[in-house]
Amino acid sequence: MSKSDFILKVEGLCRSYRMGEARVNVLAGVDLAVRQGEFVAIVGASGSGKSTLLHILGALDKPDKGVVSFEGRDLGRMGQRELNKFRNKMVGFVFQFYHLLDELSVLENVFLPAMASKSVFGWLGSRRWAKSRARELLGELGLSERANHKPYQLSGGERQRAAIGRALMNEPRILLADEPTGNLDSATGNGILKVFEKLNKAGQTIVMVTHDERIAQKAGRIITLADGKIKQGA
Amino acid sequence: MYKIILSFRYLFRRRVSYLAFLAVALCVFIVVVVMTIMTGLVRGFKDNNHKWTGDCVVGTESLVGFPYYEDFINRLDDSDFIEGVSPVVKSYALVRGRNSEESVGVEMMGIEPVEHSKVTGFGETLYYNKNDVPDAFKPAYDPNIPGFVVGIDKWLARDQRGRYNYEAGSVEAALVVSCFPLTSKGALAKAGTEMVNTKTFYFSDISRSGLAGVDSSFIYLPFEETQLLCGMAGAVKRISAIHIKFKPNVGLAEGCGKVAVMWKKFVEDKKGEKQAGLLNTVTVQSWKDYRRAFIAAMEKEQTMLAIMFALVGITTVFIVLVVFYMIVTHKSKDIGILKSIGVSRLDVVELFSCFAFLMGLLGSAAGALAGWLFLLKINRIEDFLFKHFGFQLWDRTMYAIGDIPNAIDLKVLTVIIVMAISACLVGAFIPSRRAAKLEIVETLQVSQL
Repeated sequence: MSKSDFILKVEGLCRSYRMGEARVNVLAGVDLAVRQGEFVAIVGASGSGKSTLLHILGALDKPDKGVVSFEGRDLGRMGQRELNKFRNKMVGFVFQFYHLLDELSVLENVFLPAMASKSVFGWLGSRRWAKSRARELLGELGLSERANHKPYQLSGGERQRAAIGRALMNEPRILLADEPTGNLDSATGNGILKVFEKLNKAGQTIVMVTHDERIAQKAGRIITLADGKIKQGA
Repeated sequence: MYKIILSFRYLFRRRVSYLAFLAVALCVFIVVVVMTIMTGLVRGFKDNNHKWTGDCVVGTESLVGFPYYEDFINRLDDSDFIEGVSPVVKSYALVRGRNSEESVGVEMMGIEPVEHSKVTGFGETLYYNKNDVPDAFKPAYDPNIPGFVVGIDKWLARDQRGRYNYEAGSVEAALVVSCFPLTSKGALAKAGTEMVNTKTFYFSDISRSGLAGVDSSFIYLPFEETQLLCGMAGAVKRISAIHIKFKPNVGLAEGCGKVAVMWKKFVEDKKGEKQAGLLNTVTVQSWKDYRRAFIAAMEKEQTMLAIMFALVGITTVFIVLVVFYMIVTHKSKDIGILKSIGVSRLDVVELFSCFAFLMGLLGSAAGALAGWLFLLKINRIEDFLFKHFGFQLWDRTMYAIGDIPNAIDLKVLTVIIVMAISACLVGAFIPSRRAAKLEIVETLQVSQL
């Protein structure tokens, strides 16, 4: 495999937190590489550092040590503006608790990333495309009828599908999902996994964190994290 | 665009936002109402003082007066910036009814009504002769005897609604006016038992200047009669003051400056002449300086009010800050979500600034509208309160205030709205900055372990 096949590469990643007087090492030298089009599941017990790792991969958090490279570019060397652009264009994040804005409709939540990257005039120029793209995504996710509803009017599964729609809005190079089924019943969770499988088949790179081995089986590769280190699958 | 959309949604869909909106609207309402009333009162008071005085006064505080006024009036008449001049004799006198033994002190002002009305608003203050100023001192029942015009509060009582009963004053009333005539050196002009000049004047009109102090203490008499009463009609005639009105295009400071220069030259020219020393007691004052003692008190009250409202403004900033702090704390998850999709710190500050701006704009617009509606009906409301509860903002039997001033000054309104919006922006700035600095992971409240 050539070096350029890796969309994401992590080397020697360390992250610790202060817990009262003590310092807890959450990640203690993680090395990881994700290929273009891969569906990777990161599994581990609660507190193993898998969510922290995902946040660092999505530039939502910073490591104490180590390098995260996205398509060969070191995230640590990016300025704030580049990081904002990276979060907006390159990565789509799906959270366990959906994190939709209650003030916006489902449709608005989905096209929010497109709107956030545009000025008022830029948005006026591209809103038709954005709305159309958002409606298309909602259609694919089975939420066409819910476009004008508010997130709090939706079920958990519907909210998570709306969150996936938002994550996919700007056609990101990689989709990061943090326990996407963790807050859902198994039937609904399976529905979400089917969406991920479908996306992956269409070529979408996905890194998913889960504590559930059964759900992880749906991924193409499973990485096990324990004691802040990769134990298997790196 | 999302900043505008979210700002509106935060404003209209969050109950806590209503608190800030209400705080801003209430503050603006109070400031608009009180500043309009106070500004209206001060402006009305100043206007009345201006009307009563004219633009400029060349005069002396001395009861002796000053001579050669006719020469100076001629010089003023020849200048191109003067609209009118009016010589005035002022003194104190004792007056009593024709058949009464009781005397009261008054301020006496001798004027020529037509000239004085060209310089001041005297003609407009008259009740019977408003449109016939030359006859101001002609008693209605006998125009051939000397008349007097009396300050309305000296003559008539006000009822609780501030109305005068014009029928109460007798048109056949007469006042016996006694005055101590003074020589040019300030000595009593007469010796022995006949120390005073006394003359009877008959009621001819009432003057209502709108200045309680003036209307309750002044009587106006014909110029020459007053000059005689005060002992100023000797070989060298004297007066107390010359009231001057400038032409419309002449500024107050400019006109007063020119008169001061003319007066200085006049005093130089008269040096060495008989009684010329009295000219040194004369000052040239603008109407504002001439009535400073009265206006200053009102201006002080207005300044005090402005300070109090600055405190109200600070309170508003604090309320908005607290509310915004609550909103930002409540919305920290939203901030995390926005930052996770690439929104910058500056964008977060802009979002909450936009929210604050909208809050300030809409809150102050609502407050201003409510204030305007309230002011529109304030006199009716006061009438209603008086009728049903006996409440009056100002006791009209004591204060010479008619209607409560309710004309909103657009400049004042603009300043209030700008201040309200600024207060919101200031109140929102600290929590916005705090919000912008929040770490994404912290705000999303996810476990970091």
